[in-house]
Amino acid sequence: MRFTSFHLMPYRQLDQKRAYAERSSWVVLSNELYDPKVGADEYESYIDHLARGEELGFDVIAVNEHHQTAYGMMPAPNLIASALIQRTKRVKIAIIGRALPLVSNPLAIAEEFAMLDNMSRGRIITGFVRGIGSEYHSTGVNPTFSHERFHEAHDLILQAWTKPGPTQFDGDHYNFRYVNIWPRVYQNPHPEIWIPSQGSTETIQWASDPARRYPFMVTFASEESVIRYLNMYRDAARRHGYEAKGSQLGWAMPVYVADTDEQAIAEATEGAETLFNLYLSQTVEMLLPPGYMSIESFTRTMKMRGKQLMAPRTATMKGLMDSGTVVAGSPKTVRERIARMQDATGLENIIAMLQFGTMPDHLARRSMEMFAAEVMPHFQDKVRTAAAE
Amino acid sequence: MNDTTSLNAPRIHPARLLREGGGAPILFLHGAGGFPGRLPFFAELAASHEILVPEHPNFGASPDAPELRNVADYAYYYLDWIKQLGLPRLHVVGHSLGGWIAAEIAVRDCSAFASLTLIAPAGVRVKGIPTGDNFIWSPEESIRNLFHDQNLAAQILARTPTEEEAEQMIRTRLIAARLGWEPRWFNPGLEKWLHRITCPTLLLWGAQDRLLPAAYASAWSARVPHLTHHRIGACGHSPHVEQTAATLTHLRAFLREH
Repeated sequence: MRFTSFHLMPYRQLDQKRAYAERSSWVVLSNELYDPKVGADEYESYIDHLARGEELGFDVIAVNEHHQTAYGMMPAPNLIASALIQRTKRVKIAIIGRALPLVSNPLAIAEEFAMLDNMSRGRIITGFVRGIGSEYHSTGVNPTFSHERFHEAHDLILQAWTKPGPTQFDGDHYNFRYVNIWPRVYQNPHPEIWIPSQGSTETIQWASDPARRYPFMVTFASEESVIRYLNMYRDAARRHGYEAKGSQLGWAMPVYVADTDEQAIAEATEGAETLFNLYLSQTVEMLLPPGYMSIESFTRTMKMRGKQLMAPRTATMKGLMDSGTVVAGSPKTVRERIARMQDATGLENIIAMLQFGTMPDHLARRSMEMFAAEVMPHFQDKVRTAAAE
Repeated sequence: MNDTTSLNAPRIHPARLLREGGGAPILFLHGAGGFPGRLPFFAELAASHEILVPEHPNFGASPDAPELRNVADYAYYYLDWIKQLGLPRLHVVGHSLGGWIAAEIAVRDCSAFASLTLIAPAGVRVKGIPTGDNFIWSPEESIRNLFHDQNLAAQILARTPTEEEAEQMIRTRLIAARLGWEPRWFNPGLEKWLHRITCPTLLLWGAQDRLLPAAYASAWSARVPHLTHHRIGACGHSPHVEQTAATLTHLRAFLREH
C-alpha cells in the first residue's frame, strides 16, 4: 500500500456568516474576506504539515490546484511543490493535479513539471484534471470544450516529454510550430501521471486504456461509489484485455484518527461539516456548467445525485460517516475501514486528507501522527509480508 | 399556412420550423433560450406577413450539427439557408443571440435583406458596463432577471416543463454556452464591421434589460448607418414577449416604410 498525505490548504479563519450568505465560497465570495497576514501563517503551517509527512513515513505528500476560492489556497500548486522539494529528501511529491483545459498554453505545464522533476531528481508525481466546474466560471474557459482541451493538452504534454524536439503539434485548440522544452523531464520516460476523478465513465475509459494505465483516484465519494468506480476501472481494464494492478487504484478521503471513535467523531465534526458545507459547496450551475459533462453523464448525474446537488450545505457528520465519505475513528476503526475497501477493490493507494475544513493545527497534527504510527504500518507490513512470500 | 416542419438546408441539418401567414416574408432568429414556439408576437405578424421561425441547429429538438461551433458558423449556415429559400426581400428579425447571428450574416452579405430588426442583440460589448451572468444564475433567477414584470416571471415559473422540454433545455443550454461563454456574448471582431449593415435597421431594447443592458444600444447606434432606435419601457430582455404590443407598434411602423 502506498500512503499519500494530501492537503487542500483551506482558508480557515473565514467569516462564516458572510460566506454562508453567498451562493458559494467559490467564484463570488469576496476576497475582502482574505487577510494576507492570516494567509501567510496558513501557508507556513500547511507547508510544515506536508513536509512532516516525510519523517512520519508517508510515501507521498500531495498538493492540488484550485482557483478563486476559500476552499484551497493553491492556485499555483507547483509553487508549494517547489518549496516542499527544498524541505524534503526522499518522499515523493505529487501535484494532483494541474487543470489542463484551463490554460491557453499547456506547454507551460509540461515545462514546470519538468523543472520540478529535475529539481527533485525525479521525486514528483503529476496529476491531470479538468478543473472543477466553478473554475470555468473563474477562468472564463468555455466548459463545452473542456474534454477536447483536456485530451489535446494531455497529448501535447506527453509529446513534449517523450519526443525529442523540436516537433510540431497540430490541434483544434492548441497549435505549436515548436515543441522543444528545456529542461526535459528527469524520470524516464516521464513522471507518473495520476487521474483524480469523481468517477465519470468517460474518464475511467480513457485512464484505463492500455496505452495509459493511469492510476485512478476517486475523491470525495461515498464508500459505495468508490467501490463501484474502482471496479468499473477494473472492468474497463479487462475489456481492454489486461488486469488492473492495485497501484492503479486509489481512494482520496478525509481521515481523522483519535484514541476512541467517540473522540474522533467529536473532534472531526466541525472540520468535516465545514469542508462540505462551507468550502466545497457550489450550486449546480457552478459545479456542472453546460458541457462540462456530456449530456448523457449530466442527465445520469442529476438523476442519481440531483436531490443532493440541489440541496447544498446540508451535510452532517453522521451522514458523511454513514455513507463512508469521511473516515473518522480509533486506529482500529480506521484500519478496518481501509482494509474493507482494499478487500472490495484491491486498491493500493490511500490519499489521506488529514486536515480538512476549519480543523485546527493541533488536531490535524495529532491525527496525522496517529495515522502514521498506528494505521499505516499495518498495511505497509502487509505489503512487505506479501512481497516476501 | 400554419405548420411546423423539417427542412434540409444545403449540406447541413434539419431544424424545426414555424412557418405561417402570407405576405412579405419575415425570418425570425431566436435567442439563446431556444425555440420560442408559436408566440402571440408571431401570430400577430402572420396577419400581414409570412413568418418563418427556424430552430437553430444543435438547439432543443434539432439534430446535432457538430461542425457549427461558433456564431460565424451559424452566419454561414443561414446565408446558405436564405439562399436556398429563394425568398426575395427578406425582413430579418433577431433576438439576443439571434440578433448577433443576424448581424454576423448582415456584415457578410445583406443583399437579400429588405430590413434588419435587432431586439436586444448580443454580439457587441461596451467596455465598463457589465452584463448579467445567465450562466451562474439558477433557472429561477434567470426567469426573474429576464423579465421586468415579476408577475409574468412568476407565471412562467409556475409551469413545470415536461421531461422532453427539460431534455431540450439541457441541449439548448450547452450550445448557448458553446456560442456565448467566452468572450461572454460578443465577438470582438464584429463591431468594426457594423458599417457593412447597409439595409434599414431597427434596434429595440427593453429599458430594464438585466442581461444585456440597454446602454449597449449606443455601440450599435454609433456604427450601423441606417439605424432607428427605440427603448421600450417597463421591459426586460425579451420585448417581443413582455411588451408585445409596443414591440409590434415599432416593428409594423418600420416594416411599412421598408
